[in-house]
Amino acid sequence: MARALITIPPNPKRNSIIEIRVLIQHPMETGLRPDAEGKVQPRNIIRRFECRFIVGDKSDLIFSAELFPAISANPYIAFHLRATQNGTLNFQWTGDNGFAQTETAALVVV
Amino acid sequence: MNGYVKNVVATIALGTILLNVHAAEKRKSGYDIMSPSTQALQNDDSQNPAMLWVKDGEALWNRAAGEAKKSCATCHSGAVKSMRGVAARYPAFEPKSKRPINLQQRINLCQKNYQRAEPFSAESSELLSIESYVAMQSRGLPIAPPRDARLTASRERGQQFFQQRIGQLDLSCADCHDNHAGKKLGSATIPEAHPTAYPLYRLEWQSVGSLQRRLRNCMSGVRAEPYTFGAQEFIELELYMTLRAAGMRIETPGVRP
Amino acid sequence: MKMYEYRFRRRQLLVSSVGLIGYAIVRPVFSAPVTLDAALAEFSRGGKVTTGKVKFEIAELIDNGNAVPITVSVDSPMTEANHVVAIAVFNEKNPQREMIKTKLSPLAGRAQLSTRIRLATSQKLTAIAEMNDGSFFSHTVEVVVTLAACIEE
Ligand code: HEC
Ligand code: HEC
Repeated sequence: MARALITIPPNPKRNSIIEIRVLIQHPMETGLRPDAEGKVQPRNIIRRFECRFIVGDKSDLIFSAELFPAISANPYIAFHLRATQNGTLNFQWTGDNGFAQTETAALVVV
Repeated sequence: MNGYVKNVVATIALGTILLNVHAAEKRKSGYDIMSPSTQALQNDDSQNPAMLWVKDGEALWNRAAGEAKKSCATCHSGAVKSMRGVAARYPAFEPKSKRPINLQQRINLCQKNYQRAEPFSAESSELLSIESYVAMQSRGLPIAPPRDARLTASRERGQQFFQQRIGQLDLSCADCHDNHAGKKLGSATIPEAHPTAYPLYRLEWQSVGSLQRRLRNCMSGVRAEPYTFGAQEFIELELYMTLRAAGMRIETPGVRP
Repeated sequence: MKMYEYRFRRRQLLVSSVGLIGYAIVRPVFSAPVTLDAALAEFSRGGKVTTGKVKFEIAELIDNGNAVPITVSVDSPMTEANHVVAIAVFNEKNPQREMIKTKLSPLAGRAQLSTRIRLATSQKLTAIAEMNDGSFFSHTVEVVVTLAACIEE
């Protein structure tokens, strides 16, 4: 499993807008680079990222992104969320060669 | 320059190595000369891609391995305390083999002798991760080369190599890093080459790499045949370079263009 | 990578302190790519794109085209009635026009995106936002890249 790093401000105030930062280990191989032997390496990128906010049975899509080879290796994405209530943040990355990873983080508002 | 470094210079026989006390205050890390947007990546752990390797290293620290089924934590407990300041004094003299070793080799020894495990191979993601995790515990501390006379001869050889012309371009490390530091070479600014931030994430590599990977890059740059990872020549070069950078703050995990 | 990473020139070092290294870059062959304008028109489904509301932040000085931090923000209250539904970033001269395409919910509270992009060369970049009423706004910047990303290697 690839390493992921998720940064959420701890205990944000209710209704404040917070920045969520996510980093994941991935080469984002463009499909255009030749290797040492001059052979072009096949494309291997993360194609999609999404973040959902889950409270009970309710799951809201907050933010999603379609990524292209122009996104740097070890993709970093930061976006925002209005912290209205406690819940679970669910992060999902999917990509070439069946790449799929899910991470979760608790959101606790004060 | 702080008193400690003066002491190092005064107390150990450094042969021809002379540190200019006044020039030393103006020493610049590679960090100081990079663009603010690259500096921002290093300033903030939540943006620093090298933190992905550090996080891996933390997991490895706590993972039982080898025939001994022991983790690093079994013997060293929490790295935050036990590893603080360790990276600052490597390379160091290893009494059993009677030679200087760098931090990676020290970790490999613990794997081999104490975990009875297969040591992580040079430049593997695992070795870079565990080294990053260990070295990060010294972040902010000054580089503190050991006052150990058994290192003197190796340091001197390191210095000789630093000043010796090599490769088809017939240039020495010193030609660029002592005599032309701060000037442009293509789009890159030539740094003073202080090993303050290793292992580090290099945008060019799109990955974390070791100091020796960086040294190999510079050697191929002047079309010299680079030494293999772990070569004694590299350890000697590291010994000289850490002395040259004595007192500068450790930045690991760094970011460089 | 090592192939072009360091092609130091001794003469260059000794004669001048400024100059360009002859990085031997082999460009892969591409089929004629669409233009930036065409890519933007496709995104806006032919609709009018107005300059404004969008702020594209990128450093003027770029050390290395492999990872260039960007932030795009859009002036919007992000309410159910009035919000940004999508933000995308396109370029003029990379092998592919698209860089990132995002969708936002009003729950986001702020229409802002940060990421890191690869830049093959100096060029124009456009950030474009779609509002929930179907209107489009954009901001175009010009960037100078001295050391290109590895996509050119
Ligand atoms: C069985 C106990 C044991 C285990 C397991 C172990 N070590 Fe050690 N380690 C030692 C001892 C003892 C020393 C002191 C040097 C010596 O005696 O070889 C040491 C020294 C070190 C040092 C140098 C400290 C200094 O102050 O110079 C580092 C770094 C280190 N270990 C890292 C690790 C890492 C990383 C791991 C896991 C991969 C690990 N060790 C696993 C026992 C252990
Ligand atoms: C032709 C000039 C040149 C020579 C000769 C040269 N280097 Fe470098 N070195 C550079 C440049 C330029 C960089 C910075 C690269 C960049 O930022 O893209 C660099 C970077 C470094 C760094 C990284 C510093 C940091 O901040 O992390 C170290 C360490 C280093 N060199 C050591 C050496 C050693 C040791 C030698 C001799 C074996 C050597 N260099 C030879 C030009 C040179």
